[in-house]
Amino acid sequence: MTEIFKKSAAELAELLRAGDVTSEELTKIFLDRIERFNGRMNAFLFVDAEGALEQARAVDADRAAGVELPPFAGVPVALKDNMCQHGIPTTAASKMLEGWLPPYDATVVVKLKEARLPILGHTNMDEFAMGSSTEHSAFGPTENPWGEKLIPGGSGGGSAAAVAAYLTPWALGSDTGGSIRQPGAMTGTVGTKPTYGAVSRYGIIAMASSLDQVGPVARTVADAAALQEIIGGHDWHDSTSFTNDLGSFVDAAAAGAEAGDLTGLKIGVVKELSGPGFEQGILDAYNKVLADLKAKGAEIIEVSCPSFEHSMAAYYLIMPAEVSSNLARYDGVRYGNRVEPAEGPVTAETMMAATRGEKFGNEVKRRIILGTFALSSGQYDQFYGAAQRMRTLTQRDFNEAFAKVDVLVTPSTPTTAFKFGEKVNDLLAMYMNDMTTIPANLAGVPAMQIPVHLSEGLPVGVQVIAPASEDARMYKVGAMIEAVADEAASQCPVEKYEELI
Amino acid sequence: MSTISKEEVARLADLARIALTEEQLDQYAAELAVVSDAVSKLAEVVTPDIPATSHPIPLTNVWREDVVVEGLNTEEVLAMAPFAEDGKFGVPAILGEE
Repeated sequence: MTEIFKKSAAELAELLRAGDVTSEELTKIFLDRIERFNGRMNAFLFVDAEGALEQARAVDADRAAGVELPPFAGVPVALKDNMCQHGIPTTAASKMLEGWLPPYDATVVVKLKEARLPILGHTNMDEFAMGSSTEHSAFGPTENPWGEKLIPGGSGGGSAAAVAAYLTPWALGSDTGGSIRQPGAMTGTVGTKPTYGAVSRYGIIAMASSLDQVGPVARTVADAAALQEIIGGHDWHDSTSFTNDLGSFVDAAAAGAEAGDLTGLKIGVVKELSGPGFEQGILDAYNKVLADLKAKGAEIIEVSCPSFEHSMAAYYLIMPAEVSSNLARYDGVRYGNRVEPAEGPVTAETMMAATRGEKFGNEVKRRIILGTFALSSGQYDQFYGAAQRMRTLTQRDFNEAFAKVDVLVTPSTPTTAFKFGEKVNDLLAMYMNDMTTIPANLAGVPAMQIPVHLSEGLPVGVQVIAPASEDARMYKVGAMIEAVADEAASQCPVEKYEELI
Repeated sequence: MSTISKEEVARLADLARIALTEEQLDQYAAELAVVSDAVSKLAEVVTPDIPATSHPIPLTNVWREDVVVEGLNTEEVLAMAPFAEDGKFGVPAILGEE
């Protein structure tokens, strides 16, 4: 029998409903695991044992009293540390916000509470979500449970590693250029970036507002679908959130899992994202998935998206530009920390400069300066203006592709997980990590990562990209891919990792 | 290879209100040149006739009813400020003195 902590959220919900386990027992199992693993892994920046147990006991009491409960009531969850939770330390892994207690809940947190999911704590990330390895966290990197000194991807490496190591059944992440999907690929977890606007951004510590989107991190496609249903929907606090209904993702995932014959399904393969720049092990896994889908009747069609070659460049202008604007709020005045200059006059201006100079980490400062440069007079047209026009071309490429195919399937990342320190000093190599994931953020379309095979003992994932608002279609095809995948890719050998502790 | 001078980085850091050390100015100047080179090809690829996209999902005039709701708790908010007095945020002098 599978250990209880390895069960999916859907299975745990069944056990809770059947009365085979209480939410308190379940929450304690995960809290114990966090306590055992976190000293080495550093996946959690804050563990709210008391709060989680309190929420769990309340669920158990209501269940015993016969109160009607939401379907996943009592299944614990974790949050990326850039999601405001009332009264709980939320830092975005930055010294700037160390000690800050948000005075309100993000909308996604309100929704988790309404769904009655005990919140175990906040997970590690690259500072303000800027990075692809969690090495830019001000509080130390997270270790990938797949191996010693391996990065878990980033920025949401903490959530992905925690889900992979069975420290939580599922978690929330945020994805600006791949921060849910790339860690998913590195850790053998499922992760979704929903359509831009499908999930409220209210209370999420903003990085690049036209790209940021909150999404689920899970071990199965069905769990990811269920978690997106819990957190999604319109929110009057976020005027970019949709009012339209996107349908049932859970039903779509179930239909995909059961589909035997895939005749009629047209899968697009992006020419620009399937050749040079990818490790052989990644391409082998990817081609095996395509062959398996074809064998079940799907049609594989090559499409060309020439603009994708320039997506990285557009992203590394638009994102820093929005970062430089969004992070202007950290001024040492209203919240967060304040530093006064050691010498010279202390004015509001020198205090702000000293605060931002000391409390922001290197990568954050670098991106703010780059964004300020891209937006400065004389450079605007050549850089930011050009990037915005490239964004139009990316959207056009997607539109043309989706006129021919139902979904696009690409490798999720160019490589498997790399070692700490391997790329942290090579800016462009680090930035290249996100070459496959960035186009979906630029165009706002939904995309998800599914673990499919192992390459030299490490997980490899593929990405499904669907047209805007077709999140249900993405989950359906995601489940079809999960059905032909090697289960070993989503089952971290955590017992082996535990020996290192 | 484009160059971005240390003075230019210092000017940007001043605009962004970030105090940087001499060492950081040198480092960022070198790094900015690399990134700027990598992204400068864009202007050659896109032509001026292509419209700019500022947002992934086009939205115009999002309206909602103007309803009164509970705001944040002032005391709780001010308790998180680096310095507050008399129900207000406190800042050092906003004008430098000669």
